[in-house]
Amino acid sequence: MISRNLKNRYLIAKIFHGFCFSVAWLGVLILGILLFHVTREGFPWLDMQFLTEFPSRFPAKAGIKSALYGTLWLISFTALISVPIGIGAGVYLEEFAKKNRLTQFIDLNIANLAGVPSIVYGMLGLVIFVRWFGLEQSVLAGSMTMSLLILPVIIISTREALRAVPNTIRQAAFALGATRWQTVSAHVLPAAFPGVLTGIILALSRAIGETAPLIMIGALTYVAFVPEGPMDDFTALPIQIFNWASRPQKEFHELAAAGILVLLFVLLLMNSLAVIIRHRLEKRKQ
Amino acid sequence: MNRLIMFFALSAVFLLSFGGNSYAEKIAGKIRIDGSSTVFPITEAVAEEFQKKHRKVRVTVGISGTGGGFKKFTTGQTDINDASRPIKKSEQEKAQKNGISYIDLPVAYDGLSVVINPKNDFVDHLTVTELRKIWQPGSAVKTWSDVRPEWPNKAIKLYGPGADSGTFDYFTKAINGKSQASRSDFTASEDDNVLVMGVAGDPYALGYFGYAYYKENKSRLKVVPVDGGEGPVKPSEKSINDGSYKPLSRPIFIYVSNQGSQKSQVKEFVRFYLKNAAELSKEVGYIPLPDKDYQNSLNEFEKWSNTLIGKNQSGLNVKKASFK
Repeated sequence: MISRNLKNRYLIAKIFHGFCFSVAWLGVLILGILLFHVTREGFPWLDMQFLTEFPSRFPAKAGIKSALYGTLWLISFTALISVPIGIGAGVYLEEFAKKNRLTQFIDLNIANLAGVPSIVYGMLGLVIFVRWFGLEQSVLAGSMTMSLLILPVIIISTREALRAVPNTIRQAAFALGATRWQTVSAHVLPAAFPGVLTGIILALSRAIGETAPLIMIGALTYVAFVPEGPMDDFTALPIQIFNWASRPQKEFHELAAAGILVLLFVLLLMNSLAVIIRHRLEKRKQ
Repeated sequence: MNRLIMFFALSAVFLLSFGGNSYAEKIAGKIRIDGSSTVFPITEAVAEEFQKKHRKVRVTVGISGTGGGFKKFTTGQTDINDASRPIKKSEQEKAQKNGISYIDLPVAYDGLSVVINPKNDFVDHLTVTELRKIWQPGSAVKTWSDVRPEWPNKAIKLYGPGADSGTFDYFTKAINGKSQASRSDFTASEDDNVLVMGVAGDPYALGYFGYAYYKENKSRLKVVPVDGGEGPVKPSEKSINDGSYKPLSRPIFIYVSNQGSQKSQVKEFVRFYLKNAAELSKEVGYIPLPDKDYQNSLNEFEKWSNTLIGKNQSGLNVKKASFK
């Protein structure tokens, strides 16, 4: 009796194991199919010319220089704006703020903001940054809109990371007479930094692939120059890809695939940079 | 003597080339364009060529859609708007309020193509009345036999562009008599490639979209000749250009604002556009207008922009180019 029951229980465990395994691999499989498809279509178009030429009506002459530079400008400024504000807000809410109605209210709002569709941020950006601030369709307006979009993600992940730092570290610092600032800056934040960094990278990865808010604020599609400052007009990789993919000619669809490969490469580069930084920091800690 | 002639000839050539250069260099600054994604490929092509000649001019083109573009155009944020339909009343009023006057210049034709699956061998043509029967609001047509009794009793699957598109505006106006009036139970997509795939994968499908999308997918689609009262006509470069493909060939436009037309770089760009639109629109899959139409538009534009010189820009002289 007991043994039969045990058998059943092991069977259930095995089924569950199998289920988890296939679900995990399903994600990898889908990614694999996607990569295969995109690589097959786009790889023949990937060469230096594709990276150094501006868009053109001739697929053979077209390149993504303006979009690539635009994306790099956009993402750098987005990071410059959103990282300090996001970490600051996270640290304040987790380490400094008293737990009262007001902070609960702020909490709830940030959690909700993380779920707002990106196009809504585009509309907000259009009204505030483009119109009120008079920034027009500049890199800065785009970066600020993107920052709005990813701030909730950075704040929430910063808080999660801070929460994972054992309270004993704070208590030890306080016991030695450290102020809250000293405790946070010298012990809690460094301990939480790998987690914070993961959050930042996830957030920036989202920003780099967004099209809707950029189209909403009126970011351009055909730009045949490279931005030279934050007030210049720009276009970005996802917009260029979107435009090529919606053209009637098959060659443009293949160019879109090549653009996707470049976008993925930039993304991968960013992610590996984060992994390296995290690795260094963890090493130093030991 | 010979040497003297040589000298004069050389210096003349030198002066001419120098003069030409300084003229090209003189034009600098920004040209802001936004609007329809349908017109985008032509404007992109013109901008590409224009910037080869005038390297100091920065042309930027957006794709906010015809309506989204007019929002910026009527508040003076852009110099030129790409439009796949004429300006609407409400947009005109907004422009007037903001002191923006404009000229509309047709730059090419697009033939809206009604397409079916290549496996469909019973549809030889459709009349406008039949199309209206299929697409009108609240249409009772569910099967092909509802259109013509001798056709099979198979469900008709409809594909068309979404309500934000100028193509939808034009088709509903031409077929149903009122812009935006359409049955709503069809598969809609803003991306015409999705419509192409839909019709190509379904033997009993019917859809419509711009001619360029049919032309690029000829092997996967069959085009339906449309009878506008004078017998069935297939859309082709010829029938769209000479106007015999009726009523589904539509002109697409650029709108130039009064403020824009007073900037030398924009003026030069518009001239360049009208002089090269015939060739460039063909290259990107559209059908050029008859040559004399470009010449007329050019004359109209010169006349119009000259009347503006020195005038108070808030004077509300909304001028329409003559267009048949």
